[in-house]
Amino acid sequence: MKNTKDTASESKRHYAMVVLKELVKTDFKLRYQGSFLGVAWSVLKPLMLFVVMYFVFVRFLKFTDGTPHFPLVLLLGIQLWNFFTEATNMGMSSIVSRGDLMRKIHFPNAIIVVAATLNAMISLGINLVVVLVFCIASRVQFTWRVVLVPIGIAELYIFALGVALLLATMNVYFRDIQHIWEVVLQAMFYGIPIIYPLSMATSVSPAFAKFILIDPVAQTIQDIRYWLIAPDTTPTVWNYIDSWWIKMIPLAIVLFVFVLGVYVFRKNSRKFAEIM
Amino acid sequence: MHTQGIDKQVSELTEPEVALSVEHVSKSFRLPTEQATGLKQAFINWTKGIKGYKEQKVLKDISFEVHKGDFFGIVGRNGSGKSTLLKLISGIYVPDEGNIRYQGKLVPFIELGVGFNPELTGRENVYLNGALLGFTSEEIDAMYDDIVDFAELGEFMDQKLKNYSSGMQVRLAFSVAIKAQGDILVLDEVLAVGDEAFQRKCDTFFANIKKDPTKTVILVTHDMSAVKKYCNKAILIKDGNIIVSGDKDEVADKYSLENMQVKSNSQNVENRSKDDKDSREYPVGLNARVPVLRIHPVSNQIVTSDDNFEFDLEYEFNEDIPFYVAFSFADTKRGGISYDSGSLRLTRKGHHTVRYSLPMKLFNSTDFKVVASLREDDSDNQYKTKMIAFTNEQNSCLFSVKNDYRLSNYALLRKDSIPIKQEYVD
Repeated sequence: MKNTKDTASESKRHYAMVVLKELVKTDFKLRYQGSFLGVAWSVLKPLMLFVVMYFVFVRFLKFTDGTPHFPLVLLLGIQLWNFFTEATNMGMSSIVSRGDLMRKIHFPNAIIVVAATLNAMISLGINLVVVLVFCIASRVQFTWRVVLVPIGIAELYIFALGVALLLATMNVYFRDIQHIWEVVLQAMFYGIPIIYPLSMATSVSPAFAKFILIDPVAQTIQDIRYWLIAPDTTPTVWNYIDSWWIKMIPLAIVLFVFVLGVYVFRKNSRKFAEIM
Repeated sequence: MHTQGIDKQVSELTEPEVALSVEHVSKSFRLPTEQATGLKQAFINWTKGIKGYKEQKVLKDISFEVHKGDFFGIVGRNGSGKSTLLKLISGIYVPDEGNIRYQGKLVPFIELGVGFNPELTGRENVYLNGALLGFTSEEIDAMYDDIVDFAELGEFMDQKLKNYSSGMQVRLAFSVAIKAQGDILVLDEVLAVGDEAFQRKCDTFFANIKKDPTKTVILVTHDMSAVKKYCNKAILIKDGNIIVSGDKDEVADKYSLENMQVKSNSQNVENRSKDDKDSREYPVGLNARVPVLRIHPVSNQIVTSDDNFEFDLEYEFNEDIPFYVAFSFADTKRGGISYDSGSLRLTRKGHHTVRYSLPMKLFNSTDFKVVASLREDDSDNQYKTKMIAFTNEQNSCLFSVKNDYRLSNYALLRKDSIPIKQEYVD
């Protein structure tokens, strides 16, 4: 449908923003609908998971990276990982679950995916505040590098959005992807240093440790940990890998996945209403 | 009928700008022949070289234009492709071929209350629905009071939607739809909602929007009285083609006929063995027993209350049993049957013509359709007669009673047709 007026693209963008705002608002309102604690759950749930993991891995299995702040490093990692799983999972099913809407009205479909990932972002924001409070309480020595944290989060978000767009498109055609992605996430969770320090992987095989660091999720999680909490003890792509072109691989992956996601989504999105 | 001709001429002289143009639009769908929403099936189909779907052409080279200020009707039977056309116009589907262009803000209502969520309050739903329809919060702020007023839900707006009755939900959705300040409204089957009082309000609204030269309405409906009442133009779609385009009355009548034909066809399917040939040789309503039944107007087809309306009834019936004719006047303006003659005994078998003359002195201005049926005694009910043939669209006859403008046309019966007695009783 083309509007003959020159202002069409601008008004379209404006429309997209209005719808995005309303969808994010609605999703957020409805998220903990009917629960007594409401939005507090977005803080409580990861905290409770953290307590479980803390006892299992720090107390019982004695994982540590040598800093006194390892529990915080663990907490931060879990929060970031939760963001990634939530954004990709919700983004993936967003199109299919809003199929009803798309059969009734035309609007840029990508908004639905963006709204889903933005909601995960809101949760992350709330959780990062919790992490910060914990950091201050346990007297973490912040360095100037804290200002870099938003860059890491932005990178993680772009990656998650790219993956979500790709998955959402595939999910329209093959619902199987939901189950496949669940397994992939589980493998990735144990594959990258979230609950264990990278040093444990190094002790098995240094090459393997380097390999898992190339995963953009591992790279960003390690970067953010490095910038926010423990610059001395967190190995990152930048200080752990020597050759400069390998250092660039995670960034290249992020860029590639995002461009691919946008491309694939745009190419197929006009047909979503007909297929579902 | 007379005035319509004048309307047409006027509209041709001052043609308003085109609000929506549909040019050579075609659309087909792939209908999966096998369940193909899994990787496994997709892989199996791929290895076997099966396409897994068949092409279904839903719309074939559709073209029409809607002008600014039009109230445009799209009618057609179920599955004719009209909803697909509406979705193409609304941008939900993309045409395979052709172009759709429009000017101004198009607000589609394929369904009422799109995005309505039972867990949100009425107010929140109005804003969400409004945003989806393309309005900013400020724009919705401006129309919010209007919407709530029209829906008559003022005190319920902060209640969750799930606590609304279904009638209330529909009313809210409908109010958003018609109070939305779009230039082109696209409405799909959304007329019959709410209770009688609400219906009347909607009626007034449509009557007003019809007069508004800046608003364009595209309406898909099965309700032919709505088409005749509101629309100024219409198209009839059948199997993906436009078969009638332009005059709303023609479209509405043709649509009614389409439905009648299908009905009689399906009746024939049931007793095909008996009269397979009948259905092909005789037009709708007639059969081998009654090959001819037709009404011819004799007097002018536009008469006044002072005149008599005269018509001839031509029939052919060759059986030696008592048979009857019954005719009735259907008021096409107000709806309903205004007059029925009851069964009148006919005495001559064979091909004959009978003349009838009826005074119109009881009626105000209106449009009548005279339909007749040929009847025989009903073996099941001695007080009734059974229809054996009826006049279809072509064999019936239309006429109008047109009175001086000084006479009121509000009711069908003239005020002097009933002598009134008025006296004080206190």
